[in-house]
Amino acid sequence: MTGLDLVLLGVGLLTAASAVMTVISRNLVHAALFLAVALAGIAGVFLVLRADFLALVQLVVYVGAVAVLFLFGLMLTRAPIGREALDSQHRGLALGVSGTLFAVLSWLIVDAFGNVRVEEVAGPRIGDLGIALFRDWVLPFEVLSMLLLAALVGAIVLSRREDGESGEPEPVVPIALAVDPDADPDAAPDAAGEVRA
Amino acid sequence: MSRPLWVAGLTAGLTFLYFLLTTAILIWGERRVVARMQSRLGPNRVGPLGALQTLVDGLKMFFKEDVTPAMVKQPIFTVAPLVGVVAGLLSTAVIPIGGEVTLGGETFTLQVADLGVGVLWFLAMGSIHVYSVFLAGWASSSPYPLLGGVRSSAQMISYEIAQGLAVASVFIYAGSLRVSDIVAAQSGEGLLPGLPGWFAIPLLPAFAVFVVGMVAEAGRPPFDLAEAEGELVGGFHTEYSGLRFGMFMLAEFMAVVIQSAMVVTLFLGGPSGPTFGLPAPIAAVMPTVWFTLKTLLFIFLFILLRGALPRTRYDRLMALGWKLLIPVGLVWALATAALVLVREDGGLSTTARLGLAAGAVVVAVLGLATGRGGRDAATIGRAVSTAVRPTAPAATDEPDPAEVAR
Repeated sequence: MTGLDLVLLGVGLLTAASAVMTVISRNLVHAALFLAVALAGIAGVFLVLRADFLALVQLVVYVGAVAVLFLFGLMLTRAPIGREALDSQHRGLALGVSGTLFAVLSWLIVDAFGNVRVEEVAGPRIGDLGIALFRDWVLPFEVLSMLLLAALVGAIVLSRREDGESGEPEPVVPIALAVDPDADPDAAPDAAGEVRA
Repeated sequence: MSRPLWVAGLTAGLTFLYFLLTTAILIWGERRVVARMQSRLGPNRVGPLGALQTLVDGLKMFFKEDVTPAMVKQPIFTVAPLVGVVAGLLSTAVIPIGGEVTLGGETFTLQVADLGVGVLWFLAMGSIHVYSVFLAGWASSSPYPLLGGVRSSAQMISYEIAQGLAVASVFIYAGSLRVSDIVAAQSGEGLLPGLPGWFAIPLLPAFAVFVVGMVAEAGRPPFDLAEAEGELVGGFHTEYSGLRFGMFMLAEFMAVVIQSAMVVTLFLGGPSGPTFGLPAPIAAVMPTVWFTLKTLLFIFLFILLRGALPRTRYDRLMALGWKLLIPVGLVWALATAALVLVREDGGLSTTARLGLAAGAVVVAVLGLATGRGGRDAATIGRAVSTAVRPTAPAATDEPDPAEVAR
């Protein structure tokens, strides 16, 4: 066991611990922050494995953009960001789904790469990465971008108001300082009533 | 590339001191220059021309009472200012502040770490800096800081995209992410004989996007909406005081220096410059002198902007970032990639390349004039005419001056 192995172990444990905390944390913002730590931990794993390009891309894309967008979503919607505790009451179901997913993925990875002896890579070859991504694997890449587009469209649909409402202006309640004979009494009953009283 | 530990440590220490000192010069210079622009004297008591005022102010920060409101969310409230300063300091690691200096039999390369992915390191540290602002706003448990935090982090991540696209053109053009390669690619002559080979010339649109983006990224006037006092009290750092407030200030001012240093490195040849055939010990320091001069030029630009321009409105800020800078950056990154491909396939003549660039500029101008940009210009025109003739009916949402006076 070399020093690098120890660092890898430490970073891996940190990543796993924050991943677990992401799930069991009852505060949404804390969960998002633990997610950011887990994503940064994955960047650390890449760094220990000498994939420094991948590590920094992980930092820029996941920690710098995805996790920040999660936090944004929490702040800009009516999500509970205060001290309320959260529990969705679906513990068993969630455990089953994620446990199955974990088992299937680990089995797949071990089955695919378990007996492969990984060679030492001499330095990052970003050009090779680009060619692999945009020439050999361009179809999965484009499918993935379609997925992101679908997510964008979905976000717009969700944040839009209901049908027919979207173009109409909000009804404005004028604050009347005196009783205006031209004012429609139905439009601003509160303001007019207060003045009369 | 292996250096003895003490050499690496000394280089890191020197870089740290260099950037701290430049930040101090920025703060002092800003107070003097802005004072001059406003017919005041500015600090003039401590040291010659008040140059030591920054030092004294910094010292004062250490002794001020550090109030922590009871409702804040610890430990994030304490960690947030540290994240900003640390991310800022870390991003200086890839910036070369000079050439090679031989001292005591050892050769110092005045760059802490020449990473193979140096430019990405700078972008990654910038995106971590956002956390400082955001978490400070959230952890304060107070409405104004929360609003300020959301507002300034939205600003930062928007302009990060524009800046990232500008940087993408640079490393596509240079063919490397390594900062020393990018600096080396800018040495020698440029497109035309006699001009330096700085990327600011062939990549002018990317340079412009980066310069506008860096002002917004550093949260400086006219894009300092985080501190819009009239709307947000003090922005994300309202609840902070004492040394922790000082940390935010340090991070903000240091961001100005780091962004200036980065624009010099990426677009203006970094530490390169003529040595005028000076003898060896002085010639070895000349790159640092050139780098400092170029960086100070951009710092001066930051100060002039602060003194000259009023704060923009938030929707204008976002429209500028998303509807102008990001498309320009994107198109220019694609155009650069196309140019690089053409060059690899044998290349065009210099005149053809210049013609293509001119054509692209014409297309961009036409697109802006006929599209959204034209409408924007019309809006600005209406706003100007409203301001000039206060009695004219206001076409925009802005309050009519005459209305306000009544």
